[in-house]
Amino acid sequence: MTSPPVTSEKTVQHRATPEQRRATVIGVLLVILGAFVFWVFGLGVESGITSVFNLSLPGERFQDLAWEVNSKWLAFFVAAILAFLGGFVLRRSHLRRTNLALAIGLGLLALAFLTWAAAGNSFSLVGMLRSTVVLSVAVTLGALCGLMCERVAVINIAIEGQLLTAAFVGTIMGSAWGVWAGLIGAMLTGAILGAVLAVLAIRFRVDQIIAGVVINIFALGLTSFLARRVLSEAQHLNSPGSFPSLKIPILGDIPVLGTMFFDHSLFVYATFILAIALHFGLFYTRWGLRSRSVGEHPKAADTVGINVYRTRYRNVILGGLIAGFGGAFLTLSQVSRFEENLTAGIGFIGLAAMIFGRWMPLGALGAGLVFGFARALQQKLGILGTPIPSEFLSMTPYIVTIIVVAGVVGRSRPPAADGKPYIKE
Amino acid sequence: MTDDGPPPEGRSTGPQVEERVARITGIGTSLRRAVIVPALAVLTALLVGGVIIALTDLDTLSLWGDDPGEALRLTLGGISDAYKALFVGSLGSTRALTETLFAATPLILAGLAVAVGFQAGLFNIGVNGQMHIGGMAALWVGFSVTLPAVIHIPLAIVAAMIGGAIWGGIAGFLKARTGAHEVITTIMLNFIALFLVDFLLKTSVFQAPGRNDPLSQPVHPSSQFPTLGEYRLNIGFLIALAAVGFAWWLMYRSTIGFQFRTVGFNPDGGRYAGMNVAWVYVGVMAISGGLAGIAGTTQVLGLEPYRGISGFAGTIGFDAIALALLGRSHPVGVLFAGLLFGALRAGGREMQGAAGIPVDLVLVLQALVIVLIAAPELVRAIYRIKTPEEDTGPTISTGWGA
Repeated sequence: MTSPPVTSEKTVQHRATPEQRRATVIGVLLVILGAFVFWVFGLGVESGITSVFNLSLPGERFQDLAWEVNSKWLAFFVAAILAFLGGFVLRRSHLRRTNLALAIGLGLLALAFLTWAAAGNSFSLVGMLRSTVVLSVAVTLGALCGLMCERVAVINIAIEGQLLTAAFVGTIMGSAWGVWAGLIGAMLTGAILGAVLAVLAIRFRVDQIIAGVVINIFALGLTSFLARRVLSEAQHLNSPGSFPSLKIPILGDIPVLGTMFFDHSLFVYATFILAIALHFGLFYTRWGLRSRSVGEHPKAADTVGINVYRTRYRNVILGGLIAGFGGAFLTLSQVSRFEENLTAGIGFIGLAAMIFGRWMPLGALGAGLVFGFARALQQKLGILGTPIPSEFLSMTPYIVTIIVVAGVVGRSRPPAADGKPYIKE
Repeated sequence: MTDDGPPPEGRSTGPQVEERVARITGIGTSLRRAVIVPALAVLTALLVGGVIIALTDLDTLSLWGDDPGEALRLTLGGISDAYKALFVGSLGSTRALTETLFAATPLILAGLAVAVGFQAGLFNIGVNGQMHIGGMAALWVGFSVTLPAVIHIPLAIVAAMIGGAIWGGIAGFLKARTGAHEVITTIMLNFIALFLVDFLLKTSVFQAPGRNDPLSQPVHPSSQFPTLGEYRLNIGFLIALAAVGFAWWLMYRSTIGFQFRTVGFNPDGGRYAGMNVAWVYVGVMAISGGLAGIAGTTQVLGLEPYRGISGFAGTIGFDAIALALLGRSHPVGVLFAGLLFGALRAGGREMQGAAGIPVDLVLVLQALVIVLIAAPELVRAIYRIKTPEEDTGPTISTGWGA
């Protein structure tokens, strides 16, 4: 933006590049985590104790699959790999592999943690992985909605309100005319709120954060008001039923993976397909190139004949449809009943997932799964009775997001024109 | 960042700065402009609220087909009952009046927190989190020591200010050091604070003996805000008034405030004039967070049952954004906006009790007020007001980028 404060050239030469500094931070972190795993998860467990991971749910084709592992030795093994990864990163010879090493390290840390938590006990790993996928759906859809808007430079922090209102309308229409009507109603509701955001942001050039806050407050107020005033009187409007689970033949019978991915309601499949399709669309089609150009440099886009306003309206409304789909999932699949403030922050976790996923659809999907894992873990820990307070796991998505936006582990950059209104000359 | 696309307001220099001051603060413009749009916004919100009440009256709705005259009478009766209750509950009696002031207390303080941020060009969405952390600090001082009230209460408030200032300062520090946008970090810090409160309330330090839900022990009577006789109104309101005076002095009479506002209008200009912009970000967020922390004390030291409960800040942090916009980020404006919203809250409770209208309607009214203030063109379009000058509402943030 402006020239930084004057620094002598000598110090500049000796200073490590940001990537090198990051590698140092991450390398040290991995070594510390390795030591932690060694002391707490390894030495903290009596020898000879095993952890049993159940890999099948009751009623599946392949029954009683389980993986039994010596708790102490697994921790030592993980600690050794973490130390190795830390050393690898600290050598700073393969800077591009830093994030890969971090991802592997964190995955192993999760495994060591679960082994420790389940020491002397058995634990339904496949159940947790399955709920990871289910819990990631609304978050991923919220992130995809936010991404559709921000790729064309409209900041959307109203995802929460869109999910909540769509869930509400989905409940009422689903109760009155069946789940498909509920789904359509919810998607249209999301789109309408998207259109409101678009009009405020593009036509009236209202500060986009304020527009988003307004929609969130409005959505919370209106749905709570209607839930108390209308739903409490007309109880029959609050039982929409739910979409059935569709088990995919053959694939659904694969142990672990089948249960995780191929035995769900249509929402789960649609989310995966949508994320892949959007990724392809955004980066390999004319529509995607035009959308991204509007988000990065609207003036240039305008100059070559792209209608900036129309592109923005279209993508924000499409994003609304996606959020509406996510809202429908909440009341037409996950639970079949609306309650006040049902979303309780899922939309904001979606926003976090969008940032964590670096404004890319597949990134959003991955981030959604990571945050879904944190929530699934939080639910299971209560059952295992570990001394880790569940609140800290609930915080994970938010802390991760702060770390990411602060650039401690890899910088996440928004589209260049994000949040700036475009004024055609 | 320097020249990609036309900046929405132009890089302000010379007279444009005054225009932007006027636009955000409403100061230096005619009274008409500072009052007329907010007044019409509130009026419009109440009208729309009436329509919502009418449309959700299921019994009367079914009557329209058979007896439209009776249905119309019932509908209008329902709306007037609701708004009568809103009025009686907020201004109708001494008790109602004190309830209004009582409800306005945290709103004014939280609104000031947002307003201070706005004036420095920072959007503090994190007032809720700062209230939680501040409130927890006050709570801890409140039950862990016994002192005379004249020392105990100020000590608790100072603790809350420090707690809130730290929580807000984190966002300011991250913005100054790494360029992380304060909207994202404060949203995330809100949730972190929420879970932190839940966790702390279940630790042995805070938790009430014999409980296993997140509920703290009660604070000592010496730290409870003295009330006005039998009413709930307490010295928190005087503290809020003092905070209004402090914020006014800070923003318009102190060097620090001048720096804050300069950086708010144009960070590049501030930097060029030799101001430490990074320090200003930290300072603004810390002061904003400190004010929010005081708002947090009212929820634990000024309110039955004088304990910490899960999520005690409620939606005040978000109402505060509406307040700051309605009051055009001027401390006195925030005071009046706070009184108005306090009246809506106090009246809303009466409306729920007497007329059976859920208090959540107040949230809808608030949202409508904000949108009408933020898009003054809408109000003008509705009421066909002509203004020669262009006024596109306050622009506080432009993008997540640094």
